[in-house]
Amino acid sequence: MSSKMQSSNNITSARRAVQQLRIEASIERIKVSKASADLMHYCGEHAKYDPLLMGIPASENPFKDKKPCTIL
Amino acid sequence: FSGSFGEVYQTFHLSIYMSSNNKFSISPEMATQEVQPNETLSNLKAESDTLKTKLEDERAKLHDVELHQVAEKVDGLGQFIMKTRRTLKGHGNKVLCMDWCKDKRRIVSSSQDGKVIVWDAFTTNKEHAVTMPCTWVMACAYAPSGCAVACGGLDNKCSVYPLSLDKNENLAAKKKSVAMHTNYLSACSFTNSDMQILTSSGDGTCALWDVESGQLLQSFHGHAADVLCLDLAPSETGNTFISGGCDKKANVWDMRSGQCIQSFETHESDINSVRYYPSGDAFASGSDDATCRLYDLRADREVAIYSKESIIFGASSVDFSLSGRLLFGGYNDYTINVWDVLKGTRVSILFGHENRVSALRVSPDGTAFCSGSWDHTLRVWA
Repeated sequence: MSSKMQSSNNITSARRAVQQLRIEASIERIKVSKASADLMHYCGEHAKYDPLLMGIPASENPFKDKKPCTIL
Repeated sequence: FSGSFGEVYQTFHLSIYMSSNNKFSISPEMATQEVQPNETLSNLKAESDTLKTKLEDERAKLHDVELHQVAEKVDGLGQFIMKTRRTLKGHGNKVLCMDWCKDKRRIVSSSQDGKVIVWDAFTTNKEHAVTMPCTWVMACAYAPSGCAVACGGLDNKCSVYPLSLDKNENLAAKKKSVAMHTNYLSACSFTNSDMQILTSSGDGTCALWDVESGQLLQSFHGHAADVLCLDLAPSETGNTFISGGCDKKANVWDMRSGQCIQSFETHESDINSVRYYPSGDAFASGSDDATCRLYDLRADREVAIYSKESIIFGASSVDFSLSGRLLFGGYNDYTINVWDVLKGTRVSILFGHENRVSALRVSPDGTAFCSGSWDHTLRVWA
């Protein structure tokens, strides 16, 4: 590859890198405090529907074996 | 963007070479305009440095508190009793990947021995088995309809097998080759239909394919090394996906444009697994640096690290419980650590596997999770 082509590839890649960084630098961001509050809110709202978190009775979980009945 | 500017140049050059037929993430027209007078290499490098500093400053300005501090007011979690409820035995070698069917009971798994097995996790029965023409089937996925599975690995391809109700039918006969990469397939996922598949590869790219025609719909360039994992955003949040790679970066992509819209580089080693938080506003990652991390997409930064001095082996696979409060991580030290996502503490450690945990997914209704291991087995925990 000639050095002329190489240097134009260099410029091409550099331009691409700068374009990418411009995009990333310009996005809108929110504060961590707000982001954290939203994550906590989501967890709180959905906690009661989370079987692994709340634990559900064996009778409702197909993977938990139901206790055998003893006939007295 | 890590490393010297020269490395960045080489990376893009390589990706141009490998993908001359594919679309670029930034339009070719922009890149091949006549060089402007001020646009020398050194000017562009200076602008690149300025932008990187600006990026760090903008992120730092909004870093007003830590997640675990805000979470102090949340109740702590009690003791968890999670046990192995099913053990799926049948693979002849390391289990490398697994996925749940939407019906919450079937599981597909793939192995180093070249086999892909579909299991009924309730009964532990094997329903289908396919032998791939290659070993190291590193990726497998269930189609949303439950009627097909996709898989691939060292063959550099992703193939789709329709699942027949006839147990005697030879599944391999109906195989459809969909994706072609120039290096191993590391992960695959159907989008929200059976019609499109997203793949990631050791060739450093991700790609979106039409299943029926095998046509490449979009390719995603930006990683500087092997891409190891991907995850699609929950359908409510729109057309994005995340990927993680050996370049220690986690990237967020716009599926329609192929554009990388956000990039995170805080891990100190390969990122083996990425998974969206259920709301779609954040994602977790697992890495060979022995940590899992949480990144918030709207704050555009890492907001939690899940680590302990005693954990020194890499995390291979992560997934959230349904509410996002728990993060399950499978590790190379054979254990599964369960983390309180908000408080950053470990709430449980699960033993059982006799070799590395290589795959971990929570079931679609959140009642259980499944782990796959180099000990040749899968375990369902609840």
